[in-house]
Amino acid sequence: MSLLSLIVVLPLVGFLVNGLAGNRLGKGFVSAVGCGLPIVSFLITVKCFIDLKAGNYAPLVENAYTWATVGESAFGISFYFDRLSAVMTLIVTGVGSLIHIYSIGYMHQDKSYARYFAYLNLFLFFMLLLVLGKTLLVLFVGWEGVGLASYLLIGFWFEDMEKARAGKKAFIANRIGDAGFLLGMFVLYSTLGTLEMDRINAAFSTSPLPAVSASLIGVLLFIGATGKSAQIPLYVWLPDAMAGPTPVSALIHAATMVTAGVYMIARLAPIYMHAPEASELVAVVGALTALFAATIAITQTDIKKVLAYSTVSQLGFMFVALGVGAYGVAVFHVYTHAFFKACLFLGAGSVIHALSGEQDIRKMGGLARMIPITFVTFAIATAAIAGIPPLAGFFSKDEILWFAFASERGGSTLLWLVMSLTALMTAFYMFRLLWLTFFGRSRMDHEVEHHVHESPLSMTSVLAILAVLSAIGGFFSVPHFLEPQLPLPAVPDSLHHYEKLLVGIAVAIGLAGLAGAAYVYGGTGARAERLRSRFAGVHRVLYDKYYVDELYDAVIAKPLLWISDRVFLRIGDRALIDGTLNGMAALAQRAAGLLGRVQTGSLHFYAFLVLTGMVAVVIWSWRHV
Amino acid sequence: MDKTQVLLALAVALFAIGLVGVIVRRNVLVMLMCMELMLNGVNLSLVTFAHQAASNVGAVLVFLVFVVAAAEISIAIPIVLLLVRNKRTLDLSAYTDLKG
Repeated sequence: MSLLSLIVVLPLVGFLVNGLAGNRLGKGFVSAVGCGLPIVSFLITVKCFIDLKAGNYAPLVENAYTWATVGESAFGISFYFDRLSAVMTLIVTGVGSLIHIYSIGYMHQDKSYARYFAYLNLFLFFMLLLVLGKTLLVLFVGWEGVGLASYLLIGFWFEDMEKARAGKKAFIANRIGDAGFLLGMFVLYSTLGTLEMDRINAAFSTSPLPAVSASLIGVLLFIGATGKSAQIPLYVWLPDAMAGPTPVSALIHAATMVTAGVYMIARLAPIYMHAPEASELVAVVGALTALFAATIAITQTDIKKVLAYSTVSQLGFMFVALGVGAYGVAVFHVYTHAFFKACLFLGAGSVIHALSGEQDIRKMGGLARMIPITFVTFAIATAAIAGIPPLAGFFSKDEILWFAFASERGGSTLLWLVMSLTALMTAFYMFRLLWLTFFGRSRMDHEVEHHVHESPLSMTSVLAILAVLSAIGGFFSVPHFLEPQLPLPAVPDSLHHYEKLLVGIAVAIGLAGLAGAAYVYGGTGARAERLRSRFAGVHRVLYDKYYVDELYDAVIAKPLLWISDRVFLRIGDRALIDGTLNGMAALAQRAAGLLGRVQTGSLHFYAFLVLTGMVAVVIWSWRHV
Repeated sequence: MDKTQVLLALAVALFAIGLVGVIVRRNVLVMLMCMELMLNGVNLSLVTFAHQAASNVGAVLVFLVFVVAAAEISIAIPIVLLLVRNKRTLDLSAYTDLKG
């Protein structure tokens, strides 16, 4: 088997071994298989990357298996390794392996240890299928598969009804998006007769263009992306997905799976280049989501919820970059975001671990001295996401802001203003989180405080690696690396001299967020309290997340439930189907009851009937013969 | 009225008496006897017709009917015995359990 298939298949092997026999093999073996195979995958990916470089970046293609042949077209399972999938595969296997290692420490007390690693490996398998697939069909299988793995891992502690329900919500929200994705695939196949992405891209790169509306396809595929990548209106599942174990939130709901939508659009960039309307929609939805989620994040009190809304917001940034045609920049943000958000989530996991399961930041504080490694790594990642130079987040976010302002493919001052405001809020709420968790006086219960301890080496070492990557990752310019494949949009000459100014503003925004949070949450916290009582109404709306869940419940869930209950259950099922069957049975029963009365059991009566019959026959035959 | 007609009238009378007896009488043994009467009425008519047609076939059939009648009564009597052992009565109106 050749290398690309091996990258994909190894995690599947891990899933099968741990899933089928994990409970009997002991934790040491499970950890070795569960972490070892992803690491091997990562090493093979590095090897493939070196091969790719040696081959002067000609894409590596590998046909693994012909799935089906329908008429003229063959649907194969084939893998494609070019610059874009190389970046994504390195992120997925690299960050994925780190999070697997972290999980050894985080989950060591869980009774379903083997099941956890099996699911995690299953996720990695599908994610690699998604990023390495050459055809949209393989991508879609991976797309559905990561949704399944996400569902299984969100509801990992399924005894808790709340968590099982969160898993279900994620799955259903994703299904809605998938319907759009499928329709997009149908349109593509019916016009181009192929689902091979390189052929689709080639068809959209040469004139004459295919006789189909690129915007229609773009919008349909983007609907799929809103589900998977948690954009308005389908973002609601991601905050609830925090019910899963924290490393899962880091891997699936921050670093990799939720960026699948970004990857898909970047992969099919030639379609979007000819779809200005769809691109505009992508940018607008991205900007609104980013702003919307950032405002919610400011008031949340659950450490993971803050990070979840921050993820939604950062994904919005990526979609803005896609919308203005800066596909490489979006992937750059995927790359830096994977490092610092994974670091933040794992840091949050370390905090939760130290506090014996406490997630409410109002009951934290003063942890900086007690768990110093977690604190330092968390602080670096926070500074990175806030855009403080020269950390990774600064570079990618600054480029997004620049292209949102200056791109010829839809950049505008308004877009830049919205995104800058969001960046300011990002810096503010992230430093607020840092302050409430690590600084000030302790607000912990005495019992909890007594047990605070730094996490084991398997966790802290991963935190350290990710913190280093969050710090220096920005110096590897992904957009530049991807430029031969995903060219950056042109910028009007008249705007070039603004670039330095905007960089300055971006830095100022990061520092302003830091200063604002320090001012409001520093000291005794009385200022925050005063601010909250001053804007009590606004605070309540933000704290309750704009009542979007309640709105969806009233507008979609309740009517659906009503129509299911009243029309489908009571009329359709009970009255029509059950009614017909029960009615026929009752008819037979009643007829049998009437006829049964003749059966008296009296022999004389029967004999009399026989006599009557005989007489009747005689009379009849006398008349007729 | 010639001999044939008399014999046929007798056969019909025997059959009718037997049939009415089966329907009217309650005693099981009497009912069995009435059934024998009916059979004999039929036998008589067979013999009469055989004589009229100057053929032996009808007479042979009578012997077959005898055999069947003997077999029938040899099963019917044990059934009656079992019934009586169960309910200690020969009255058939007590045996109406088999109804719908």
